[in-house]
Amino acid sequence: MAAGKGTTAVSGTDKKVEISRFEKHLDQATDEVFSTMIGVSCAPAGESPVGEAETISAVIGLAGALSGSLVLHSSSVAAMRIAERMTGIEPGGVDALVRDAVGEMCNMVAGAWKGRDPLLISGCLLSTPTVVSGTSYLLFSQRAPIRIERHYRFEELTFMIILSCELPG
Amino acid sequence: MSGMTVLIVDDSSVMRKIVERALRQAGLDLTKVLEAGSGREGLEALGRERVNLIVSDINMPSMDGLEFLRQIQSQGLAQGVPVVMITTESGEEHVREALAAGAQGYIRKPFTPDQVRERVLPLLGPA
Repeated sequence: MAAGKGTTAVSGTDKKVEISRFEKHLDQATDEVFSTMIGVSCAPAGESPVGEAETISAVIGLAGALSGSLVLHSSSVAAMRIAERMTGIEPGGVDALVRDAVGEMCNMVAGAWKGRDPLLISGCLLSTPTVVSGTSYLLFSQRAPIRIERHYRFEELTFMIILSCELPG
Repeated sequence: MSGMTVLIVDDSSVMRKIVERALRQAGLDLTKVLEAGSGREGLEALGRERVNLIVSDINMPSMDGLEFLRQIQSQGLAQGVPVVMITTESGEEHVREALAAGAQGYIRKPFTPDQVRERVLPLLGPA
Protein backbone atom coordinates (compact mmCIF):
# COMPACT_ATOMS: atom_id res chain seq x y z
CA MET A 1 0.00 0.00 0.00
CA ALA A 2 1.36 3.40 -0.91
CA ALA A 3 1.97 5.97 1.76
CA GLY A 4 -1.24 7.80 2.42
CA LYS A 5 -3.52 4.92 1.59
CA GLY A 6 -5.61 4.07 4.59
CA THR A 7 -6.84 7.61 4.77
CA THR A 8 -10.58 7.92 5.00
CA ALA A 9 -12.40 10.96 3.68
CA VAL A 10 -16.03 10.52 4.57
CA SER A 11 -17.59 13.45 2.82
CA GLY A 12 -16.99 16.68 0.99
CA THR A 13 -14.18 18.59 -0.59
CA ASP A 14 -13.45 20.54 2.58
CA LYS A 15 -12.78 17.37 4.53
CA LYS A 16 -10.46 16.11 1.81
CA VAL A 17 -8.55 19.38 1.97
CA GLU A 18 -8.32 19.08 5.75
CA ILE A 19 -7.04 15.51 5.47
CA SER A 20 -4.47 16.45 2.86
CA ARG A 21 -3.22 19.29 5.04
CA PHE A 22 -3.18 17.16 8.16
CA GLU A 23 -1.18 14.45 6.34
CA LYS A 24 1.37 16.91 5.03
CA HIS A 25 1.79 18.46 8.47
CA LEU A 26 2.06 15.04 10.08
CA ASP A 27 4.86 14.04 7.70
CA GLN A 28 6.71 17.30 8.39
CA ALA A 29 6.20 17.10 12.14
CA THR A 30 7.35 13.50 12.38
CA ASP A 31 10.51 14.17 10.41
CA GLU A 32 11.23 17.31 12.45
CA VAL A 33 10.90 15.47 15.76
CA PHE A 34 12.98 12.47 14.68
CA SER A 35 15.67 14.61 13.06
CA THR A 36 15.95 16.98 16.01
CA MET A 37 15.62 14.59 18.92
CA ILE A 38 17.31 11.43 17.70
CA GLY A 39 19.31 12.66 14.74
CA VAL A 40 17.75 10.49 12.05
CA SER A 41 15.47 11.47 9.20
CA CYS A 42 12.06 9.89 9.00
CA ALA A 43 10.06 9.61 5.79
CA PRO A 44 6.71 8.17 4.80
CA ALA A 45 6.93 4.51 3.86
CA GLY A 46 4.70 2.10 2.11
CA GLU A 47 2.53 0.01 4.35
CA SER A 48 4.78 -1.80 6.77
CA PRO A 49 2.72 -3.88 9.15
CA VAL A 50 4.10 -3.58 12.66
CA GLY A 51 3.30 -7.31 12.85
CA GLU A 52 5.44 -8.34 15.79
CA ALA A 53 4.46 -10.22 18.89
CA GLU A 54 5.20 -7.35 21.23
CA THR A 55 4.13 -3.86 20.23
CA ILE A 56 3.87 -0.49 21.93
CA SER A 57 1.36 2.30 21.42
CA ALA A 58 1.53 5.85 22.77
CA VAL A 59 -1.69 7.84 22.76
CA ILE A 60 -2.12 11.62 22.96
CA GLY A 61 -5.66 12.91 23.39
CA LEU A 62 -6.74 15.95 21.38
CA ALA A 63 -9.44 18.36 22.55
CA GLY A 64 -10.75 21.81 21.75
CA ALA A 65 -10.58 22.89 18.11
CA LEU A 66 -10.77 19.21 17.25
CA SER A 67 -11.26 16.12 19.33
CA GLY A 68 -9.70 12.74 18.92
CA SER A 69 -6.34 11.12 19.38
CA LEU A 70 -2.92 10.71 17.86
CA VAL A 71 -1.35 7.28 18.29
CA LEU A 72 2.24 6.24 17.64
CA HIS A 73 2.27 2.46 17.17
CA SER A 74 5.49 0.53 16.75
CA SER A 75 7.21 -2.79 17.18
CA SER A 76 9.23 -3.31 20.32
CA VAL A 77 12.40 -3.25 18.21
CA ALA A 78 11.62 0.18 16.75
CA ALA A 79 10.55 1.48 20.15
CA MET A 80 13.80 0.32 21.75
CA ARG A 81 15.81 1.96 18.97
CA ILE A 82 13.98 5.25 19.56
CA ALA A 83 14.72 5.05 23.29
CA GLU A 84 18.37 4.18 22.67
CA ARG A 85 18.79 7.10 20.28
CA MET A 86 17.14 9.49 22.72
CA THR A 87 19.04 8.45 25.83
CA GLY A 88 22.22 6.70 24.71
CA ILE A 89 21.17 3.71 26.83
CA GLU A 90 20.54 0.36 25.17
CA PRO A 91 17.32 -1.07 26.63
CA GLY A 92 17.06 -4.77 27.32
CA GLY A 93 13.35 -4.84 26.54
CA VAL A 94 10.23 -2.72 26.58
CA ASP A 95 10.77 -1.20 30.00
CA ALA A 96 9.82 2.10 31.65
CA LEU A 97 12.53 3.95 29.73
CA VAL A 98 11.18 2.74 26.37
CA ARG A 99 7.58 3.55 27.28
CA ASP A 100 8.63 7.01 28.46
CA ALA A 101 10.66 7.66 25.29
CA VAL A 102 7.89 6.59 22.91
CA GLY A 103 5.33 8.61 24.87
CA GLU A 104 7.50 11.71 24.62
CA MET A 105 8.11 11.23 20.90
CA CYS A 106 4.36 10.92 20.35
CA ASN A 107 3.78 14.02 22.46
CA MET A 108 6.32 16.00 20.44
CA VAL A 109 4.90 14.82 17.11
CA ALA A 110 1.43 15.89 18.23
CA GLY A 111 2.74 19.28 19.34
CA ALA A 112 4.75 19.84 16.17
CA TRP A 113 1.80 18.71 14.06
CA LYS A 114 -0.73 21.08 15.60
CA GLY A 115 1.86 23.86 15.69
CA ARG A 116 1.80 23.92 11.89
CA ASP A 117 -1.89 24.78 11.75
CA PRO A 118 -2.91 28.32 12.74
CA LEU A 119 -6.31 27.08 13.87
CA LEU A 120 -4.93 24.33 16.05
CA ILE A 121 -1.77 25.90 17.45
CA SER A 122 -3.62 27.48 20.35
CA GLY A 123 -7.08 26.01 19.89
CA CYS A 124 -6.21 22.33 20.23
CA LEU A 125 -5.17 20.98 23.60
CA LEU A 126 -2.99 17.92 24.12
CA SER A 127 -3.22 15.40 26.92
CA THR A 128 -0.21 13.87 28.58
CA PRO A 129 0.77 10.59 26.88
CA THR A 130 -0.72 7.23 27.75
CA VAL A 131 1.41 4.26 26.72
CA VAL A 132 0.31 0.67 26.26
CA SER A 133 2.59 -2.26 25.48
CA GLY A 134 2.13 -5.98 25.20
CA THR A 135 1.45 -8.86 22.91
CA SER A 136 -2.29 -8.76 22.50
CA TYR A 137 -4.30 -5.59 22.92
CA LEU A 138 -6.70 -3.45 20.96
CA LEU A 139 -7.10 0.30 21.15
CA PHE A 140 -10.63 1.60 20.69
CA SER A 141 -11.52 5.20 20.06
CA GLN A 142 -14.74 6.99 19.46
CA ARG A 143 -15.85 6.70 15.84
CA ALA A 144 -13.97 9.51 14.10
CA PRO A 145 -14.97 11.02 10.76
CA ILE A 146 -11.33 11.67 9.95
CA ARG A 147 -8.82 8.85 10.23
CA ILE A 148 -5.31 9.22 8.86
CA GLU A 149 -2.92 6.31 8.99
CA ARG A 150 0.69 6.97 8.00
CA HIS A 151 3.61 4.59 7.95
CA TYR A 152 7.12 5.94 8.46
CA ARG A 153 10.63 4.60 8.14
CA PHE A 154 13.71 5.63 10.11
CA GLU A 155 16.94 3.75 9.56
CA GLU A 156 15.69 0.26 8.62
CA LEU A 157 12.73 0.32 11.00
CA THR A 158 9.14 1.36 10.57
CA PHE A 159 6.28 2.55 12.73
CA MET A 160 2.81 3.94 12.24
CA ILE A 161 0.98 7.08 13.30
CA ILE A 162 -2.81 7.13 13.40
CA LEU A 163 -4.68 10.41 13.70
CA SER A 164 -8.37 9.96 14.46
CA CYS A 165 -10.36 13.13 14.92
CA GLU A 166 -13.52 15.05 14.51
CA LEU A 167 -13.84 18.72 13.65
CA PRO A 168 -16.40 20.72 15.63
CA GLY A 169 -19.70 21.53 13.96
CA MET B 1 28.65 30.51 35.43
CA SER B 2 30.57 27.65 37.03
CA GLY B 3 29.50 25.10 39.58
CA MET B 4 25.78 25.45 38.97
CA THR B 5 22.90 23.61 40.58
CA VAL B 6 19.96 23.18 38.23
CA LEU B 7 16.45 21.90 38.90
CA ILE B 8 14.82 20.06 35.99
CA VAL B 9 11.08 19.44 36.33
CA ASP B 10 9.45 17.05 33.86
CA ASP B 11 7.22 14.03 34.30
CA SER B 12 9.35 12.22 31.71
CA SER B 13 12.66 10.89 33.03
CA VAL B 14 13.87 10.63 29.43
CA MET B 15 13.22 14.33 28.84
CA ARG B 16 14.95 15.23 32.11
CA LYS B 17 18.06 13.42 30.87
CA ILE B 18 17.84 15.08 27.46
CA VAL B 19 17.50 18.52 29.03
CA GLU B 20 20.49 17.84 31.30
CA ARG B 21 22.55 16.72 28.32
CA ALA B 22 21.51 19.80 26.33
CA LEU B 23 22.49 22.10 29.20
CA ARG B 24 25.91 20.46 29.45
CA GLN B 25 26.31 20.69 25.66
CA ALA B 26 25.41 24.37 25.96
CA GLY B 27 28.53 24.76 28.09
CA LEU B 28 26.97 24.95 31.54
CA ASP B 29 29.16 23.62 34.32
CA LEU B 30 26.59 21.63 36.30
CA THR B 31 27.83 20.38 39.63
CA LYS B 32 24.41 19.23 40.79
CA VAL B 33 21.26 18.30 38.92
CA LEU B 34 18.03 18.02 40.88
CA GLU B 35 15.24 16.14 39.13
CA ALA B 36 11.52 16.42 39.85
CA GLY B 37 8.69 14.52 38.20
CA SER B 38 6.01 17.14 38.89
CA GLY B 39 5.57 20.71 40.01
CA ARG B 40 4.87 19.48 43.52
CA GLU B 41 8.17 17.60 43.64
CA GLY B 42 9.84 20.69 42.20
CA LEU B 43 8.54 22.82 45.07
CA GLU B 44 9.80 20.26 47.57
CA ALA B 45 13.24 20.35 45.95
CA LEU B 46 13.31 24.15 46.13
CA GLY B 47 12.42 23.93 49.81
CA ARG B 48 15.53 21.83 50.42
CA GLU B 49 18.18 23.37 48.17
CA ARG B 50 19.21 26.57 46.50
CA VAL B 51 19.46 26.40 42.73
CA ASN B 52 20.90 28.64 40.00
CA LEU B 53 18.51 27.67 37.20
CA ILE B 54 15.10 26.02 36.88
CA VAL B 55 13.99 24.29 33.68
CA SER B 56 10.42 23.03 33.71
CA ASP B 57 7.97 21.29 31.44
CA ILE B 58 4.45 22.76 31.35
CA ASN B 59 2.15 19.84 30.61
CA MET B 60 2.49 17.56 33.62
CA PRO B 61 0.02 15.64 35.76
CA SER B 62 -0.34 16.39 39.46
CA MET B 63 0.87 20.02 39.29
CA ASP B 64 1.60 21.49 35.88
CA GLY B 65 4.44 23.83 35.08
CA LEU B 66 2.41 27.02 35.15
CA GLU B 67 1.01 26.28 38.60
CA PHE B 68 4.54 25.37 39.69
CA LEU B 69 5.69 28.79 38.47
CA ARG B 70 2.88 30.60 40.27
CA GLN B 71 3.67 28.74 43.49
CA ILE B 72 7.34 29.69 43.20
CA GLN B 73 6.31 33.33 42.89
CA SER B 74 3.72 33.31 45.65
CA GLN B 75 5.93 31.44 48.11
CA GLY B 76 8.97 33.56 47.29
CA LEU B 77 10.99 30.47 46.42
CA ALA B 78 14.00 30.86 44.17
CA GLN B 79 13.88 34.65 43.96
CA GLY B 80 16.10 35.90 41.16
CA VAL B 81 16.58 32.41 39.79
CA PRO B 82 15.90 32.20 36.04
CA VAL B 83 13.10 29.85 35.03
CA VAL B 84 12.89 28.43 31.52
CA MET B 85 9.83 26.54 30.34
CA ILE B 86 10.17 23.67 27.86
CA THR B 87 7.01 22.44 26.21
CA THR B 88 5.40 21.12 23.06
CA GLU B 89 2.99 24.06 23.12
CA SER B 90 4.17 26.81 20.79
CA GLY B 91 1.16 29.12 20.58
CA GLU B 92 1.75 32.76 21.45
CA GLU B 93 -0.84 32.57 24.23
CA HIS B 94 1.10 29.79 25.88
CA VAL B 95 4.31 31.81 25.68
CA ARG B 96 2.60 34.90 27.10
CA GLU B 97 1.01 32.84 29.87
CA ALA B 98 4.35 31.34 30.86
CA LEU B 99 6.10 34.72 30.84
CA ALA B 100 3.26 36.28 32.84
CA ALA B 101 3.56 33.49 35.41
CA GLY B 102 7.22 34.36 35.93
CA ALA B 103 9.22 32.45 33.32
CA GLN B 104 12.17 34.25 31.76
CA GLY B 105 12.55 31.93 28.79
CA TYR B 106 10.61 29.49 26.66
CA ILE B 107 11.85 26.58 24.53
CA ARG B 108 9.63 24.54 22.26
CA LYS B 109 10.08 20.78 21.97
CA PRO B 110 11.65 19.36 19.88
CA PHE B 111 14.76 21.44 20.53
CA THR B 112 18.42 21.39 19.61
CA PRO B 113 21.31 22.02 22.02
CA ASP B 114 21.95 25.26 20.10
CA GLN B 115 18.43 26.46 20.87
CA VAL B 116 18.94 25.67 24.54
CA ARG B 117 22.21 27.60 24.51
CA GLU B 118 20.58 30.62 22.83
CA ARG B 119 17.70 30.74 25.28
CA VAL B 120 19.43 29.85 28.54
CA LEU B 121 22.89 31.43 28.51
CA PRO B 122 21.69 35.06 28.26
CA LEU B 123 19.65 34.52 31.43
CA LEU B 124 22.65 33.50 33.49
CA GLY B 125 24.65 36.68 33.18
CA PRO B 126 28.40 36.94 32.66
CA ALA B 127 30.51 33.85 33.33
